[in-house]
Amino acid sequence: MSAADLAGWSNAAVYAAMVVLTFSMIAFAATFSARGNRVSTDARKTPVTVGVGADSAPSVRVDPAASGQPTTAPPIDERGRRAGNVGLSLAWLGFGLLLLGAVLRGVWAGRVPWGNMYEYSLSSAVAILGVYLFMSLRRDLRWLGVFATGATLLTVGLAVTVLYTEAAQLVPALTSWWLVIHVSAAIISGGAFTIAAGLTGLYLWRERAERRGRVSGAVARLPQAVKLDTMAYRILAFAFPLWTFAVIAGAIWAENAWGRYWGWDPKETWAFITWVIYAGYLHARATAGWRGRRAAYIAILGWVSFLINYFGVNLFVNSLHSYAGV
Amino acid sequence: MGKTGRAMSTPPASAESPVEGRLIDPASTPPSGPGQASGSAGALPPLGAGGFARWAWRQLTSMRTALILLFALAVAAIPGSVLPQRGIDPILVREWIEGAPTWGPILDRLGFFDVYAAPWFAAIYLLLFISVIGCVLPRTGVHIKALRTPPPRAPRRLSRMAHFRTWTTSPETPGAQTSAAPASAASVLDDVEADLRRRRWRVARGVDDSAAGEQPSGWVSAEKGYARETGNLLFHAALIVLLIAVGYGAVFGWRGNVIVREGNGFSNTLTQYDAWGGGRLASPDGLPPFSFTLEEFRVEFERSDTERGSPRLFEAEVTARAEPGAPEVTEVIRVNEPIAFDGAKVFLVGHGYAPQIEVRDADGRLVFDDAVVVLPQDGNQTSIGVVKVPDALPQLGFQMLFLPTAAVDDVRGPFSSFPDADDPAIFASAWVGDLGLDDGVPQSVYRLVTDAMSQVGLEALRPGQTWDLPDGIGSVSFTGWQRWASFQIAHDPGKEPALIASGLALIGLMMSLYVKRRRVWVRAADGPNGVTIEVAGLARTDEADLAEDVEQVAGVAGAPEGKSGPGQDSGESLGEDSGMMDGQNRTGGRR
Repeated sequence: MSAADLAGWSNAAVYAAMVVLTFSMIAFAATFSARGNRVSTDARKTPVTVGVGADSAPSVRVDPAASGQPTTAPPIDERGRRAGNVGLSLAWLGFGLLLLGAVLRGVWAGRVPWGNMYEYSLSSAVAILGVYLFMSLRRDLRWLGVFATGATLLTVGLAVTVLYTEAAQLVPALTSWWLVIHVSAAIISGGAFTIAAGLTGLYLWRERAERRGRVSGAVARLPQAVKLDTMAYRILAFAFPLWTFAVIAGAIWAENAWGRYWGWDPKETWAFITWVIYAGYLHARATAGWRGRRAAYIAILGWVSFLINYFGVNLFVNSLHSYAGV
Repeated sequence: MGKTGRAMSTPPASAESPVEGRLIDPASTPPSGPGQASGSAGALPPLGAGGFARWAWRQLTSMRTALILLFALAVAAIPGSVLPQRGIDPILVREWIEGAPTWGPILDRLGFFDVYAAPWFAAIYLLLFISVIGCVLPRTGVHIKALRTPPPRAPRRLSRMAHFRTWTTSPETPGAQTSAAPASAASVLDDVEADLRRRRWRVARGVDDSAAGEQPSGWVSAEKGYARETGNLLFHAALIVLLIAVGYGAVFGWRGNVIVREGNGFSNTLTQYDAWGGGRLASPDGLPPFSFTLEEFRVEFERSDTERGSPRLFEAEVTARAEPGAPEVTEVIRVNEPIAFDGAKVFLVGHGYAPQIEVRDADGRLVFDDAVVVLPQDGNQTSIGVVKVPDALPQLGFQMLFLPTAAVDDVRGPFSSFPDADDPAIFASAWVGDLGLDDGVPQSVYRLVTDAMSQVGLEALRPGQTWDLPDGIGSVSFTGWQRWASFQIAHDPGKEPALIASGLALIGLMMSLYVKRRRVWVRAADGPNGVTIEVAGLARTDEADLAEDVEQVAGVAGAPEGKSGPGQDSGESLGEDSGMMDGQNRTGGRR
């Protein structure tokens, strides 16, 4: 197989993944919209009245909608369950295709596929979907599928439309083992940040519904707010040390390549800002008056800062990290 | 340690969870010494200097303040990524200030072009670190005390716990895992205690006070996961060490830049540097006495259409001596491969061209013959530089545009279309008059001061060509070119401690996030129908796998098949699940 063939196969795999993931997202969305089922209607009606009748002060920890539920799984009817299974299967297929696309790209270029922003984005998409699918091995996360596949599709879409670059060799500054260590840690933590941000967004939605005692419709398909909050925390408890490691590895590399381990290059600055915000999130979770919603907003802010670091600094700022190739 | 200590010594008045409030807080945070400050941290400062100081200290070391300082730090870091910074690009800073006559000087005075050295930035991180120290120190004391104290006695009502099970052994169904029938509560507790100790739990054993006529019941109380707090303290302490290491490196370290042309040498003394900067206590006289000669600079660029012009190879071959008289060694410096001499590292940071220029005066006398370093302006190495010929009469000056691969565009004028020297050309502009070198004002070697000069012509030159200047005032020849490489030479004694500190911080961080602090209790009482056993567990941080712990202990105690569930009136199933700072210590009465 010639190099040009590999390039073609890589792109074909990525496009196929986009098609598959689109169907996956539609299937996941169907789990939300397939409605009008008596089981779930009952499940959401009764507990709400209980919650109102209890006349208790609004509480984050007590979930009126789900307190009557024996399981923590959100109420999803049979049709929705089937649609979710289809979505999950397609997501695995899409993940395989994306991974194949990234690997072929690397084989084509004869190096790790992290030489420009197209390749970073492709790998980030793999990371986002990978984090989601890995988590879904252990628990039922079909309700998160729309977000996970949506975020993945958006990332791949940006990659193929705006950021596409032909594969080329690495510039000398990138030919180092630290590329593999530093970039893989950054990309995986980015995927985890994204999934956590999705969970946090869903938490804020669900929490508001619970606070107002109106847990109905799509929001009733979500787990209790307190569960969403815990899940987001667990992912960030994984992503934050990994991000810390990525920053340290980057510093070691920078010392080797540029002669200083920290120079307040815009990329470094925003990595620092992102780190500080997520550190704030972890502290806020342990501080009275900051738990719950406020901590959630901080987590979202951390993700925004991560995005600024990824897109903003690569594309719009003159930085030592400007390897976008666009 | 006013507030922190006080908060830890006092059980929260209205704890969210009665379980945690009553059983966990006083236990895990044993009463600290007497004489703690009183009063709510949020209240107005009491009168008197001492009272105010205590109040201020409490405010500073509160979690809320730490959070606010964290965000202040994040926000304060932003302008440095938006505005040009002196430490990175001083020329851009000057242009920015010139371009914004109103705001430029104001921002400059406020330190916005050197954010990370600005006093307000330093104020934020120093306050933050004082706040961290104010938290870590007292908590370390508390933690050490906790490590020496056995777990507290088992709570009265284990059934309140998130994980709970109870059963009574009947004489004919002895416990599955004990070898003999559990004759007594004591033997069950013995087994449990031995098992827990073997699995490195911290264990306490005791007997309940019994009501009249009742058989006294015995209990085992065990705790595990102290490493969570150890990690938490390690993380914060390591960050403090990191800051000190960074500061140490900044004070004792130095860094310089130098451009070396092919065939030329460099020896590590202050005068040889183009730019040198050192910390307050760095000594420019004691630089390691190495030297090197740039033998060859090899460079390759991408020639295919994809990423055309991107660098593919930079290599500086040098012959170096660690000190005068030392044997000469040949080394290759690459972008990611610096070479080191006695704590100083030599990094390859840039490259460019140096066209060879000859200038003759009106009499045909050679008054200038040198390779002139020109500075690249873009990725294709369109470079500019100047030649100053003070020995000519009148003095001559040339502004040069050096193009390694010359191209001319109607709009852009002359430019370089490829970074390698495929078709080099110089576009020179000749000036005649006074170079201004005798005024005593230092001049840049890359800039021609034309105040007292007049332009006499423009000409394009290819290698080997000579331009006879108008009016017979002289001639200039472009005889060839060579490459130069720029090196950064740096010494940072703080970087190894900084690396160790960051490694420790990472380890501490992971311990503080992943180690689960949890307690299990077993109570056993002899009764007429057998031994009644209760097993319960409580996670202080996370509910995960506590059921496993409880099941394991229950198994050792001889429990029948089954699962533990939440106790009958357990108020809270989710644990604290907090981040690095477990809330109650810092927030105490204000929760």
